Amino acid sequence: MEIIKAQNLVYEYYSQDEVDGADSPFRAIDGVDLSIEKGGFIAILGHNGSGKSTLAKHLNALLTPTSGSLFVKGYDTTKEENIWNVRQVAGMVFQNPDNQIIASIIEEDVAFGPENLGVPTEEIKIRIKESLEAVGMTEYRKHSPNKLSGGQKQRIAIAGVLAMKPECIVLDEPTAMLDPIGRKEVLKTVKRLNKDEGMTVIMITHYMEEVIDADIIFVMNHGKIVMQGTPKEIFSQVDKLKELRLDVPQVTEIAHELKKKNIDIPDGILTIDEFVEAFSKLK
Amino acid sequence: MIRDITIGQYYPTESKIHKLDPRTKILGTMLYVVSLFLVNNLWIYIGVALFLGIIIKISKVPFKFMMKGLKSILFILLFTILLNVFITPGETKLVEWSFITITLEGVLNAALMGIRLVFLIIGSSLMTLTTSPIQLTDGIERLLNPLRVIKVPAHEIAMMMSIALRFIPILLEETDKIMKAQKARGADFESGGIMKRAKSMIPLLVPLFILAFRRADDLAMAMEARCYRGGEGRTKLKQLIYKRRDAIAYLLLFTYLGSLIAARIIL
Repeated sequence: MEIIKAQNLVYEYYSQDEVDGADSPFRAIDGVDLSIEKGGFIAILGHNGSGKSTLAKHLNALLTPTSGSLFVKGYDTTKEENIWNVRQVAGMVFQNPDNQIIASIIEEDVAFGPENLGVPTEEIKIRIKESLEAVGMTEYRKHSPNKLSGGQKQRIAIAGVLAMKPECIVLDEPTAMLDPIGRKEVLKTVKRLNKDEGMTVIMITHYMEEVIDADIIFVMNHGKIVMQGTPKEIFSQVDKLKELRLDVPQVTEIAHELKKKNIDIPDGILTIDEFVEAFSKLK
Repeated sequence: MIRDITIGQYYPTESKIHKLDPRTKILGTMLYVVSLFLVNNLWIYIGVALFLGIIIKISKVPFKFMMKGLKSILFILLFTILLNVFITPGETKLVEWSFITITLEGVLNAALMGIRLVFLIIGSSLMTLTTSPIQLTDGIERLLNPLRVIKVPAHEIAMMMSIALRFIPILLEETDKIMKAQKARGADFESGGIMKRAKSMIPLLVPLFILAFRRADDLAMAMEARCYRGGEGRTKLKQLIYKRRDAIAYLLLFTYLGSLIAARIIL
């Protein structure tokens, strides 16, 4: 079943020219068709200014399309009365962990979403417990967010979204401000949610290493989807990715360079294990 | 660490006073403050002091924490006392020297005023010492709720207070960062007179404001993404429910107030 369906999605905004003060429309998203199945792990890649964050904000109805259509679980996001349903179905985690935690105690922050939805108090308590367990932060329940690490804060932000019982989580560069340890923590949590709880995950990022386990990768450039496919399909086109100013994982690049030197190694190697296996088969 | 600072002066411990509903404590403090202005006799103050002493004992907050609050108003306290000593007219003159006259009434009045102020500060800091800022916010929201009829934005006030509580430490840390970054490039925040120092704060305030607005924008978006749409139809994780101990507290408060009024009439 499709949870997100976009057809010819266009988003334009007006930026004022500082020199002559004229308004010129800028197309941040330019005719995107997107179809995302329930339960998948989807990654959206692109360098800065490719329109990937703008697209993410559409999935949560924070922005509405200038033209074209976007349906989240069948709700039309352009219709005012659907906004709250859309936001409940598609939870959103942002880049800066500090700017999305509202309360000064963890459990109260996790409760913020369900409180807004009007969930009864007893049910909120159950949801806090379940969401904190899902991100492995139960012991911090009564703590202040100020003393947590970036990775822990981002997990709390995920728990806050989970407490709203969404069917899909959109993560807008959730690891961009984290150190490598925090990045791993968040990634592990997200993958577990996808595998064990069947949560649809849409991960927006520019770190290639984070998306090698994705089911489908969309690559964006200048507001358009320019590549689409499984990680293997995407990463076997190293030259094209470089054109789009995207890096590939290190092993993939080594394999690619070796291939250029006429060594018989398959395309789209993503992990060190795969590389070792392929390399040892060489004669 | 700048992150470890606590907002307000909450003293965390387990006591009967700490466990009271914040509404009880806020209303109780208000009643207590009003009661202080009913007192016009030194003898009744002994009763008030006893009452206050018992509550401090129950609250398990060390007395020196109450004195901290007093330190900040020391100047106002001295000023009030001196003013009362010199300007109160009266019959029995104690000192008469050129234009200065000190009367017995003046001294008594000043003493009463001083004690009143001290009791006022100790009583209200007892409330902030035994109630965490979050509880206070909840209490204020609930107490203001009936005023919504006359368009007092009770929920919004409480929401603003709790967001402020969350972001004060973050903004402090940010200030610290900006200061260090500017010091590294030769900015001088420490030397010079008060005007020079105030001026050197301007390059600090500009980036701080920009960052604060950016944060506010992000936060607003994150709140909207989590379906925030004002206080309408919102449930609460922590509901305030009056318990038996609150009834007892109210009973004691009214007994205190009643006996104070009775004492004033009799004496």
